[in-house]
Amino acid sequence: MDIFAPIQWFADWLTYSIFKVSEGTALANSISFFIYDTIKIILLLAVIIFVVSLIRTYFPPEKTKKFLSKVKFPILNNFLAALIGIVTPFCSCSAVPLFIGFVEAGVPLGVTFSFLISAPMVNEIALVLLWGLFGWQIALLYIVSGVAISTVSGWVLGKLNLEKWVEELVYKVKSVEAEEKKMTLKSRVTYAKNFMIDIIKSVWPYILIGVAIGALMHGYTPNDLLAKYTGPNNFFAVPVAVLVGIPLYSNAAGTIPIVSVLIAKGMAIGTALAFMMAVTALSLPEFIILKKILKPKLIATYASIVGLGIIFTGYLFNLVLK
Amino acid sequence: MKIEVLGSGCATCKKLYEIVKHIIKEEKIDVEVEYSGDVTKIVTLGLIHSPVLVVDGKPIKISSTSEKDVKEALLCVDKDCQ
Repeated sequence: MDIFAPIQWFADWLTYSIFKVSEGTALANSISFFIYDTIKIILLLAVIIFVVSLIRTYFPPEKTKKFLSKVKFPILNNFLAALIGIVTPFCSCSAVPLFIGFVEAGVPLGVTFSFLISAPMVNEIALVLLWGLFGWQIALLYIVSGVAISTVSGWVLGKLNLEKWVEELVYKVKSVEAEEKKMTLKSRVTYAKNFMIDIIKSVWPYILIGVAIGALMHGYTPNDLLAKYTGPNNFFAVPVAVLVGIPLYSNAAGTIPIVSVLIAKGMAIGTALAFMMAVTALSLPEFIILKKILKPKLIATYASIVGLGIIFTGYLFNLVLK
Repeated sequence: MKIEVLGSGCATCKKLYEIVKHIIKEEKIDVEVEYSGDVTKIVTLGLIHSPVLVVDGKPIKISSTSEKDVKEALLCVDKDCQ
């Protein structure tokens, strides 16, 4: 049974019985879609962010740093870094101290990059939206390919010996061991609850706007128009989607509901996933912050390799999921 | 007492700085509040996240950057109730 069925029932009831919109019209479709998607996404966000944040309290970045500086296997290290990137709390404000901290602790550059790519890309908001709108299979596909791209890109970056393109100041920092703060289960739950409220507070306007645009398109856009330009037959759709995704970082939450409608209207899944990965992993504001510690050449190399990885994955999905 | 907000210049960091200034004013505590964009200070403390709230050279744990939690953490410093 569809666990979201009661929400659909509620959305239909509001649309037809309360707003008195006649069934089957474009307006009715849009309104019912808007109510259903908004409630579903916000519920999913609340539950998943709570669970993810609770898990994350067991993986503070300081602990991750210690762990990654000890394991010493070439590609496996990149893979582990990418996996841990999923569960470590991360926001782009932490990218710079995190980078310096990792390098200072002796974590190789390539492994640090694997972490830095995976942490923002495989984020809980993207996962929730993918799961809610496309089902768990697509969400899982997103995680697996996100980890794969992070592992491989980091490994390639490590092979290129780019240490010379890191600003001097990174190598000059010396740190002390921070004392580990003990957390009780109660404080973990409080943390998770606060974090959930914070996130929902900050993303709900984007979700509303995103779902609203999605709902309008759901009701009013002709089906074949989009399919013609963004379907599996347009070779350039994937790279263009990636380029468009780069400046959209802060609106990840609002972009995905739109993407869901794009897919429903004929955009190829690989193209849509590539777009979302570009939105989350390649972010212009983060590049600007990283300029403090990385030379522009390194940022460009990093962005190109991750971008190529995403484009490759996009084509792959378009081929496989036809 | 001296309070420092260490950040990398992101929105959350600046928000934390404003909240701390607001709390100090409201509670009429006589302290110096300073914002520092020097991320190497964060790393030197052994931490790798941002923003960090530092009181008299010691990093203070806050459960979120909401005003309520920051206030709780700040008022806790003297009483050692962490």
